Amino acid sequence: MTLALFFFYVFSVIAVASALMVIASRNPVHSVLFLILCFVNAAGLFMLAGAEFLALILIVVYVGAVAVLFLFVTMMLDVDFASLRQGMLQYAPVGVVVGLILLVELLLVGGSFVISPNVTSTSVVPIDQTIDNTRALGQVIYTRYVFLFQGAGAVLLVAMIGAIVLTLQHKTNVKRQNVMRQISRKRSEGTELVKVKSGQGV
Amino acid sequence: MQFVAAALDYLLGIPLLGWGTQIGFVYKALLFLVALLIFTAYILLADRKIWAAVQVRRGPNVVGPFGLLQSFADLLKFVFKEPVIPASSDKVVFFIAPLVTSVLALSAWAVIPLDAGWALANINVGVLYIFAISSLGVYGIIMAGWASNSKYAFLGALRSAAQMVSYEVSIGFVIITVLLVVGSLNLSDIVTAQSQMGLAHMLGVPWLSFLDWFWLPLFPMFIIFFISALAETNRPPFDLPEAESELVAGFMVEYSSTPYLLFMLGEYIAIQLMCAMTTIFFLGGWASPIDLPPFTWVPGWIWFILKVCAVFFMFAMVKAFVPRYRYDQLMRIGWKVFLPLSLIAVVVVAGVLQYTGWGWHGGGM
Repeated sequence: MTLALFFFYVFSVIAVASALMVIASRNPVHSVLFLILCFVNAAGLFMLAGAEFLALILIVVYVGAVAVLFLFVTMMLDVDFASLRQGMLQYAPVGVVVGLILLVELLLVGGSFVISPNVTSTSVVPIDQTIDNTRALGQVIYTRYVFLFQGAGAVLLVAMIGAIVLTLQHKTNVKRQNVMRQISRKRSEGTELVKVKSGQGV
Repeated sequence: MQFVAAALDYLLGIPLLGWGTQIGFVYKALLFLVALLIFTAYILLADRKIWAAVQVRRGPNVVGPFGLLQSFADLLKFVFKEPVIPASSDKVVFFIAPLVTSVLALSAWAVIPLDAGWALANINVGVLYIFAISSLGVYGIIMAGWASNSKYAFLGALRSAAQMVSYEVSIGFVIITVLLVVGSLNLSDIVTAQSQMGLAHMLGVPWLSFLDWFWLPLFPMFIIFFISALAETNRPPFDLPEAESELVAGFMVEYSSTPYLLFMLGEYIAIQLMCAMTTIFFLGGWASPIDLPPFTWVPGWIWFILKVCAVFFMFAMVKAFVPRYRYDQLMRIGWKVFLPLSLIAVVVVAGVLQYTGWGWHGGGM
């Protein structure tokens, strides 16, 4: 047994176990924490496969940003999850169908590797073993497919702007701070020296 | 069995005792850990001393000469006190939170090169590794705030998480400008690049190596990185998560004894990590400021520690004399000032590199 194989089993056992705990644990916050554990172990598996860039990006993006938002939302929710669980069985058929489709697809992908291990050599962008994978990804995403990549980015940007437009409310009765105006204020505008005669006031 | 023997040799081998072929990794890591913890003890003391000096106080001066043993006295006090567990807390998460904070802060140090070839793990994606680890650091805080089941703690955790996520973005873009110039994600490469190119080399005076470092060509990024580092580590003036006047101690309010100690430890180690990253990205890492004999006799790791101390001195001075930000202003400066500025800088730096051919070309690839 090599060290890599040992770590593969460690990471995959923890990943599968924590994925099970995501749906098994009663507390939704615990579920999200197990989900994070699952992500981290998936990153470990990426690392073992030699994709260190993807592994760390998975941690930065999914664990560091997306899962934080998940955690925020589940922590703030005041939902009685016990009552939600009661009607769970009626959704079970849909879940079974989705699960079956996923299983078949995974078997197809895995099976094609087993039947013909050379399947990756015929892909559009063959895997170059001579350069590190940060550089390889950069060459594929930013050179070969740069317009598609930028297009995908633009779609996401539009989605983000759409979400902001839908939720932004301009309240007119709220006082807002204008930092530039505050900074550019001069002493002569803000203060005034007044000679007050005694007994009269300003 | 060969695998076990090789692994044992790698982890625990001691050439001195005639067993194994190399100095075990565990010993190196342990030595590094102990040195880092002792350094942290004195950084903590220095923080308090500098703060006191600015306010014309003496600071801790009772335990040991000049109070030099104060941090160790604090350590003993924390360890021997009883941890108080809130009755309504989620006990497992409550205790995992400080562990997560301190372990993550410590593990980021594995890739920091103290000198040429002195990193515990000289990995190719060192910058990304640090970035990933520091983006995980927010979990310790959220878990602490939620598990405490207290309003102060929860509000502190929310503030802290929002703050860390916001400032990570601008830190990321600042790091990207450095990466563009260097063309490598390896921290040792970043330091090496700074001693092989730059203004001093352009002017024909390569011995003035402090002009070579990236603080000069990327000066605005240096400033943004420094301020974002303050916000990322919840240091004053951005210490809103633990603002004493409003939230008592923020997410740590329910913690006592050793768990609290672990939070403080994680916080200070994260601060030193930020100082070390400033040193590596902008201040030339282990390179001596002037490349001439009296300065080059000093070993590189001493220069590195001196630079880290100098950056920490700036951190401590900022803490001493800058008033705390209001929360909306903190968010404003992060999203509306730093993010656009650093985004523009990425474009400008990339354009300059593309059209002038400036940049480091000494990398392996």
